[in-house]
Amino acid sequence: MANYLEVRSLSKQFGTFTALGDVSLDVIEGEFVCFLGPSGCGKTTLLRAIAGLDPQTSGTIRQKGRDVSALPPAQRDFGIVFQSYALFPNLSVADNVGYGLVNRRQNKGAIARRVAELLVLVGLPDAGPKYPAQLSGGQQQRVALARALATSPGLLLLDEPLSALDARVRLRLRHEIKALQRTLGVTTIMVTHDQEEALTMADRIVVMNHGAIEQVGTPQEIYRRPATAFVADFVGSMNFLAGTLMAPDRVRVAGVDFACPVQDGLAPGQKVSLCIRPEDVRVRDLPADIANRVPVEVAELDFVGAFCRATLKARATSDVSVTADFSSNLIRDLGVDIGTKLDIALPPDRVRIFA
Amino acid sequence: MSLAAPAVKPGMSRDDLMMRGGVVLLAGVLLVMLGLPLWSLLAKGFEDRDGKFIGLANYVSYFSTPALFQSALNSLQVASITTVIVVPLAFLYAYALTRTVLPMRWLFQGISLIPIFAPSLLPGLALIYLFGTQGFFKALLGSGSIYGIDGIVIAQVFYCFPHATLILTTALATSDARLYEAADVLGASKRRVFFTVTLPGAKYGLISAALVVFTLVMTDFGIAKVIGGNFNVLATDVYKKVIGQQDFSMGAVVGMVLLAPAALAFLVDRLVQRKQVALLTARAVPLVPRPKLGRDLFFTLFCAAVSAAILTILGMAIWGSLIKYWPYNLSLTLDNYDFARFDANGWESYWNSVRMALGAAVFGTVLMFTGAWLNEKTRGFGAMRGVVQFLAFLPMAVPGLVLGLGYIFFFNAPNNPLNFLYATMGILVLNTVAHFYTVGHLTATTALKQIDPEFEAVSASLKVPIWKTFVRVTAPICLPAILDIAIYLFVNAMTTVSSVIFLYAPDTKLASVAAVNIEEAGTTAAAAALCVVIVLTSAAVKAAHLVADRFLFARLQVWRRR
Ligand SMILES: Nc1ncnc2c1ncn2[C@@H]1O[C@H](COP(=O)(O)OP(=O)(O)OP(=O)(O)O)[C@@H](O)[C@H]1O
Ligand SMILES: [Mg+2]
Repeated sequence: MANYLEVRSLSKQFGTFTALGDVSLDVIEGEFVCFLGPSGCGKTTLLRAIAGLDPQTSGTIRQKGRDVSALPPAQRDFGIVFQSYALFPNLSVADNVGYGLVNRRQNKGAIARRVAELLVLVGLPDAGPKYPAQLSGGQQQRVALARALATSPGLLLLDEPLSALDARVRLRLRHEIKALQRTLGVTTIMVTHDQEEALTMADRIVVMNHGAIEQVGTPQEIYRRPATAFVADFVGSMNFLAGTLMAPDRVRVAGVDFACPVQDGLAPGQKVSLCIRPEDVRVRDLPADIANRVPVEVAELDFVGAFCRATLKARATSDVSVTADFSSNLIRDLGVDIGTKLDIALPPDRVRIFA
Repeated sequence: MSLAAPAVKPGMSRDDLMMRGGVVLLAGVLLVMLGLPLWSLLAKGFEDRDGKFIGLANYVSYFSTPALFQSALNSLQVASITTVIVVPLAFLYAYALTRTVLPMRWLFQGISLIPIFAPSLLPGLALIYLFGTQGFFKALLGSGSIYGIDGIVIAQVFYCFPHATLILTTALATSDARLYEAADVLGASKRRVFFTVTLPGAKYGLISAALVVFTLVMTDFGIAKVIGGNFNVLATDVYKKVIGQQDFSMGAVVGMVLLAPAALAFLVDRLVQRKQVALLTARAVPLVPRPKLGRDLFFTLFCAAVSAAILTILGMAIWGSLIKYWPYNLSLTLDNYDFARFDANGWESYWNSVRMALGAAVFGTVLMFTGAWLNEKTRGFGAMRGVVQFLAFLPMAVPGLVLGLGYIFFFNAPNNPLNFLYATMGILVLNTVAHFYTVGHLTATTALKQIDPEFEAVSASLKVPIWKTFVRVTAPICLPAILDIAIYLFVNAMTTVSSVIFLYAPDTKLASVAAVNIEEAGTTAAAAALCVVIVLTSAAVKAAHLVADRFLFARLQVWRRR
């Protein structure tokens, strides 16, 4: 598939502060990409550079093969939804949605039809004559989306479009936006600092930190095979156990050796972190010869709804503790409680090593 | 980091070009309205009567003329005394308005604003009726006389009171209720709360009010003119030099001396206010006062007394204007309102004022709002926008008399292509708009900063030209601020004396100037009558604004309702 957007060596300075340092990125046509990262990592800066609203200091951006690096926003092809929605409060919903159409010298009837069609598309067929202030946050959000889509832009940019909404509405809109994007096939970039949002909506996620890209990949790749310790920590929960690499496939933690996937880039003797997700810790039906078995005692048990998060202390040394997710079934079947002694295993194929 | 990445030179859209063109045009207009006239004034001070450059000779002669130098000291003295009286009075009044439970609060607030609608002449005239040679209460003064420093100070207190009260009301109203709750919980005594929370909270307001009052008194001309007697101040000196002796160079020098303290006060205020921003970061919770009998009674009496004083002065001017022949024949008459008997222009000067005020309100509002918008929304172009920002703030530091003088030198120069404006209504409008530029610019800028900064980004993405969004969205949303600016300009254009006194021609004489002339000719009653007409006009316009705001715009702006 063709690259719709190519970002090359993009840098952005604010005075002496580097908000983006040498960022390169490709976005495929029709794809839904999320920029994910902690506050202040440069997500908005990158999005606004792509839109031309705050041009980069250096680097190039090509959109559909055209170099748009130096073009002002009005000469680029995109629709945008801001966190504040930026709806025009003195114009009716219909006038807001039709704002970009009026300028294209279409006749009134055609505009009205297109506006009605868009309002149906975002699920607000009757909102036309209302003013933005009379709508709920979620409804305003959809109007902003309809306005951005009205001119059929090739690229849709969303800057934290859901962050001002309450949890329930946010959940519903996630699906609606995703479904809409799929129907229209419009290439979309969404900024968010909510990992769940990124994981459920994106075709690919761009994880950012300190003005640089840490990893680009599908939600599964990001979650299953985080490229850096930062990604591993930022997306989902992760156990970090400090250890030393003994051989390419062995790590020693607190005097005990663990098997791990073969590490090519790291030299034996190096300090590393052995990482495993809480849900990957095994407890049930451990074969006698299973690798990476650790005898532990349950130190804490936190009820989190569908499952319990257990803090487990190694019986051999109290320095090592691991959190694991136990389903309610498992807790009932094994009679797990604080103080319970049991054996766990850290499956080598689920273990990640970071320098 | 790759070394190859070339720096990007962002290209400009049609919007960018249009905006930048607009900013350049605005800078040019402001330069003509402000920068060049002031420059001419500065230059004039270094020339002799025939226009030859003589360096600092005028300044040397100024500072070695004891009488002139004495005026500077007099000005400082009057300004200091007035400041010391007005600021505490206004503070108590503002405290009463914001921190106590006052019956009929709106009425007290309204009365405190009355002086704003009057030319500064008015309190002077009222004092003449009350304490003048044939005044009502002349006996109270013993052998003293109201003409001179006492009269000036009393009239200035009246004239400056609303300005200080407005500033301090804002300062006290924005204080944080949580601080008081904390102090309460900690069991601090009332006195301690006042000195550790209330006063520091209003500190910047107090400094600002003091500086504003000081500048107002230094630069006011009407009061000293009417009731100053032989007590000369800088403002009357400029007038005498220019109108009386036609000594423009010396007038320019006195003007520059007058400019110095005003500019200094302005600079201090800017520095102080800059600090304040850092202090007011937290979101404050507004304080709602709870009833407390003793305190509320005291402040109600205090406000009633101050209001009575204000109403007495206004009432005296009105009554005086209606009396046949003070103090011998106290029967009422409207004869004094037949202005043709006192001044060749008759009522025409009043209509000139109305025309001028309307012109200034329309032209000024359009210029100020569009200008503030251009300066806020232009992308990049920092240096030029800085120039505009500087020019927009300049009038705050420049006394009207000084600006008016600069206008003579600049527009009357025979080689100036704008010379045709001289002695027209146009120059009065231009001068008035320039004189009051800063407040309008600030009001517009504040309003623009409050609306979503992404409107322009949205319209760029929808390929709608930025000016269309200005017309369809930005300006309609800012309608309340736009009206505020227009009313502010109208009222000030009606009442101003100092900035236009040098600029009128026989057929463009304004009411406030006519009042000065009539008073000069010795007809106090007719001058008072003219002042009363001005007060009624500007107050009526303001009242219409309030009513319209309440009823008409509520209907026009349904979209504000939830
Ligand atoms: N106009 C500016 N001037 C100076 N620094 C800026 C400016 N805009 C952004 N920054 C800085 O650049 C960095 C990246 O900002 P950006 O807005 O891109 O963050 P973000 O990833 O969108 O964060 P958030 O999740 O909080 O929105 C931040 O440290 C911010 O302080
Ligand atoms: Mg952001």
